[in-house]
Amino acid sequence: MPREFTPKVVTANTLLEGDVVYLTADDSWTRLLSEADILTDEADADLRLLTAESRASQVVGAYLADVSITDTGPEPTHFREEFRRTGPSNYFHGKQADLN
Amino acid sequence: MYTYSEFDAAFVAERNRQFRAQVARRVDGSLTENEFKPLRLMNGLYLQLHAYMLRVAIPYGTLGSHQMRQLAVIAERWDKGHGHFTTRQNIQFNWPKLADVPDILDALGEVQMHAIQTSGNTIRNVTADHFAGAAADEVADPRPIAELIRQWSTDHPEFQALPRKFKVAVTGSPMDRAVTLAHDIGLRIVRRDGLIGYQVIVGGGLGRTPMIGKVLHDFLPEEDLLPYIEAVVSVWNSIGRRDNKFKSRIKITVHEHGVDDIRARVDLRYALIRPQFSGIDQQMLGAIRDDFRAPEFRVAPTDTYDAARKANPVFRAWADTNLAEHRAPGYAIVSISLKAHGETPGDATAEQMRVMADLAERYGHDELRISHEQNVILPHIHQSDLHAVHAALREVGLATANIGLISDIIACPGMDYCTLATARSIPIAQEIATRFDALKLEHEIGEMKIKISGCINACGHHHVGHIGILGLDRAGVENYQITIGGDGGADARLGDRTGPGFSADDIVPAIETIMLTYLKHRSNPSETFLAAYRRLGMAPFKTALYGEAEAAKAAKRKAVADVAA
Repeated sequence: MPREFTPKVVTANTLLEGDVVYLTADDSWTRLLSEADILTDEADADLRLLTAESRASQVVGAYLADVSITDTGPEPTHFREEFRRTGPSNYFHGKQADLN
Repeated sequence: MYTYSEFDAAFVAERNRQFRAQVARRVDGSLTENEFKPLRLMNGLYLQLHAYMLRVAIPYGTLGSHQMRQLAVIAERWDKGHGHFTTRQNIQFNWPKLADVPDILDALGEVQMHAIQTSGNTIRNVTADHFAGAAADEVADPRPIAELIRQWSTDHPEFQALPRKFKVAVTGSPMDRAVTLAHDIGLRIVRRDGLIGYQVIVGGGLGRTPMIGKVLHDFLPEEDLLPYIEAVVSVWNSIGRRDNKFKSRIKITVHEHGVDDIRARVDLRYALIRPQFSGIDQQMLGAIRDDFRAPEFRVAPTDTYDAARKANPVFRAWADTNLAEHRAPGYAIVSISLKAHGETPGDATAEQMRVMADLAERYGHDELRISHEQNVILPHIHQSDLHAVHAALREVGLATANIGLISDIIACPGMDYCTLATARSIPIAQEIATRFDALKLEHEIGEMKIKISGCINACGHHHVGHIGILGLDRAGVENYQITIGGDGGADARLGDRTGPGFSADDIVPAIETIMLTYLKHRSNPSETFLAAYRRLGMAPFKTALYGEAEAAKAAKRKAVADVAA
């Protein structure tokens, strides 16, 4: 039985800064997971990933990351993606500070 | 201090110029990421979890004040005001922007530093005893031979596409402070019948398959060392496995072929290449030695040190913990702890770097070292200056009196920074340090080396920690396995796994349980944790961690496994 497709977002790192970004519904890049486009259809997700990968002058290492759908938008389902969303947890700096 | 020759300076400048052009071509789209990635890795530039990371070599952990100041400038101008010192005596900058990296490399070049071969399948930064040139127990300074190996290995055409990365460590002291038994090649300088030579150890390494190295040559004359290690790397380059990256390290080659077979192959290769070494390497080594001649140590009274010890208990506690015996009368080796309780192990701010540089310049013959334990060393401080050094360190939060104690933890960057990590390391180290500081048990416990890795690659050396902690991802949750009884010293050994791992919430209480068990069972206050573990075995610790029933089950499983083996 094929595995059930779970919701995902396209994520990558920006080429110039290395920052974690997410693909939005209008195919731009955002640093906020809350603004990411949630992909619930597998074929659409694969297509969006290919699109992202083709934009090599903007981002590096695009991939699909699992999320859960909540009232406030997508939430990471794995702690790795939680740290990518917020930045390092050893002290308050990185993305969590930059976006504040 | 080694000073770059004209060749060195021109070589580094040319590499930087090439990389600047490569970055420009990546940005304008002329190079794909697949084409660019190996080029950036050749210059120490990784893309990590949140940003790029630039790994800068500090060869054999030695640097001067001007170099430390330049690292501070880089931290401030192109990073977030910090640098992170690593177990390979490198410094890593965690937040550089791609377009800035060529400028950073040029800034490093200005002070004779670089990031070449800090990544990739090549011979990495050569590490050495961080007390080199200062330790009272030293047979000879390991840095000249480490510098010769650095020059020989840098851009060595035969060794730029090895089966995997290759790590060399050198110690000049029988008290091995360079973990030579856990390196691809470990070199120990030894004296026999009045002659200096090298014990060559091969096939050690941690990671997925941890192994203690084996003696390949017990006493190699100095003039034969370079051709011999070239023969070793050459043999591995030709027969090392490339079919599976997890089996491509030389430790696997030695394990699969046996050390006697490797020795025979090395001897054959050595016989072929030895005549090509005309002796120029020994001339170079002689010139390098001149650069590492000891400073002129002064003779001065030490009564101010004695008086400060009597008058100031804070200074006395620091001196008791953070000083080591120097070879020159009246001098001490100062270990500056980068492990203030609750801070990130190995991190230093730009201000702290400047203070350390100033202290080295004013009091320490302009020398600093980085230890593989992620601390900074002032190798030559006269005792009469120690009180002033301590006072200056206190001003910037660098006077933590915990060297060799439970909060002096090695921790890899873990999942807070590293793309390879499967769990976090740093917050666990922070919590352990904070917990034992609050319990006021640190000095009661005494000598204790906790080492934490956030994945199986073991950058945090957890296998050779008195207590090792390995962070893993277990079904989407951070889980931490404990080993105990490991040792990275002269008689290095791997730790034994206690049993099932612990959650992030439970790991610090588990460490506390182990410590309380040790305190309860030790024969007397001077019996160290390692000595107590070797006497007691695993049983009391397992029972304390998992309960009698689990301990009995584990003992049964082990007995069955032993019989099956």
